[in-house]
Amino acid sequence: MKEFGYRRVKHVQEALALTANDTGARYLGGGTNLVDLMKDEIEAPSQLVDVRFLPLSGVREAPDGGLAIGATTSNSDAAAHPEVRRRYPALSQAVLAGASGQLRNMATVGGNLLQRTRCAYFADPSEPCNKRLPGSGCPALPGEHHNHAIFDWSRHCVATHPSDMAVALAAFDAVVHYETLDGPAEIPLSEFYLPVGDTPHRETALPPGALITAVSLPKSAACPRSRYRKVRERASYAFATVSVAAALELHDGLVGRVGIALGGVASRPWRARVAEAALHGEPFTGAGLRDAAEAELAAAKPLRDNGYKVTLARNLIVAVLTELAER
Amino acid sequence: MNDDGRSDISLRVNDVTHGLNVDNRTTLLDALRDALDLTGSKKGCDRGQCGACTVLLDGRRVVSCLTLAVAAEGTEITTVEGLAPDGELRPLQRAFIQLDGFQCGYCTSGQLCSAVGMLAEHAAGWPSAATVDVSADASAQELDAVEVRERMSGNLCRCGAYPSIVRAVLETADQQAVTR
Repeated sequence: MKEFGYRRVKHVQEALALTANDTGARYLGGGTNLVDLMKDEIEAPSQLVDVRFLPLSGVREAPDGGLAIGATTSNSDAAAHPEVRRRYPALSQAVLAGASGQLRNMATVGGNLLQRTRCAYFADPSEPCNKRLPGSGCPALPGEHHNHAIFDWSRHCVATHPSDMAVALAAFDAVVHYETLDGPAEIPLSEFYLPVGDTPHRETALPPGALITAVSLPKSAACPRSRYRKVRERASYAFATVSVAAALELHDGLVGRVGIALGGVASRPWRARVAEAALHGEPFTGAGLRDAAEAELAAAKPLRDNGYKVTLARNLIVAVLTELAER
Repeated sequence: MNDDGRSDISLRVNDVTHGLNVDNRTTLLDALRDALDLTGSKKGCDRGQCGACTVLLDGRRVVSCLTLAVAAEGTEITTVEGLAPDGELRPLQRAFIQLDGFQCGYCTSGQLCSAVGMLAEHAAGWPSAATVDVSADASAQELDAVEVRERMSGNLCRCGAYPSIVRAVLETADQQAVTR
């Protein structure tokens, strides 16, 4: 690990000033991803600005009637919050499907969003990786990629974003709130993660030095009839092969608001807008649902060894939405 | 006084406060083992994947290998040595012995600290990925083997003592439910 300075801050402005004066500084939340990557010097910050003691913890009612989850709220506290469980149950399920009990206690909501999109080649300094060393190449494309992306990858990177939480946030139209020295700003989660393109090392649309302060869930997306289901290679404590977060409103058999997002299929949570558009406003039928799922997966570009994810994602959409409709 | 790479900190471990000057790179696990000679917490993977280094921070289980010592200042740290401070084993520890919840013992201190934290989480009503209805109060639902396996999945046991570990945790949960 490279040497680094450590500062604990109590005010947001103090945190912003420290990172403005030191472009090598990084914010420290739970450290579950950052400290791990620092051990291999994949991350080598000059300074850690510990933001866990900022007054940004807790879940509160938002002005629009939705919920705002503070950035330093632990994943555990977010998942256990009664109003998250009641109004956005798929979010609670998604957080609980991630990592282990220990890591969820450490990890923060803001840090979860900022964990790196990554694969085993990224984590192995002996291998080239365009994300770690731009221009060095992507060994996953010709190599081991059975658990990599099927949507929107580029020849520069085929890794997937590992967050479960972010998949549910995508289905619920979440908004990320942040601060810079210019003041507060916000960005929809759907625009938070950048497409891979030819800059896989640039992962989010956050301006340099920006500090995430909260994630908000709009009232209009609240949906007790929602579910997160994760398929993985062992029963617990593994990244998703494919996961789906879905929220479904039905009115007299017609589909109202429907939010569907997939995990494990792209460098960011994959909002299934094609399937949503096919379902919205129509009578809910098994045939219509299968057609909607097929339409979403029509844009998939599986790699040599992960075509199974196309079938899996389609079947998961059908299974979860069917279950929700039958409740 | 802190220079760029080192910090003067105080760590409160098992109700005792220790003053230390640490390299900021020192993990809590290394500080416990090397500086404070509390070698109950074990280093397995050193990557947060095996759970052998699990300790409690303010009562909550964490992996000490991904926690920086400098970042743990200000918390109440409990290690396996602190689970039986007066030499009297707690019911969870007795259940591990009686039900054979270990073989080589390397993962055991992590399993014990994790189970203490996990039982508190369940008692506080936290659901898990195995909980069918997360909107219900999970503390009202009895723990079963499926719940224990899911909630303890951050602790690996290379000897495969899992069936006995699950039984020991369930027996402790039953005892706690009776006394609650």
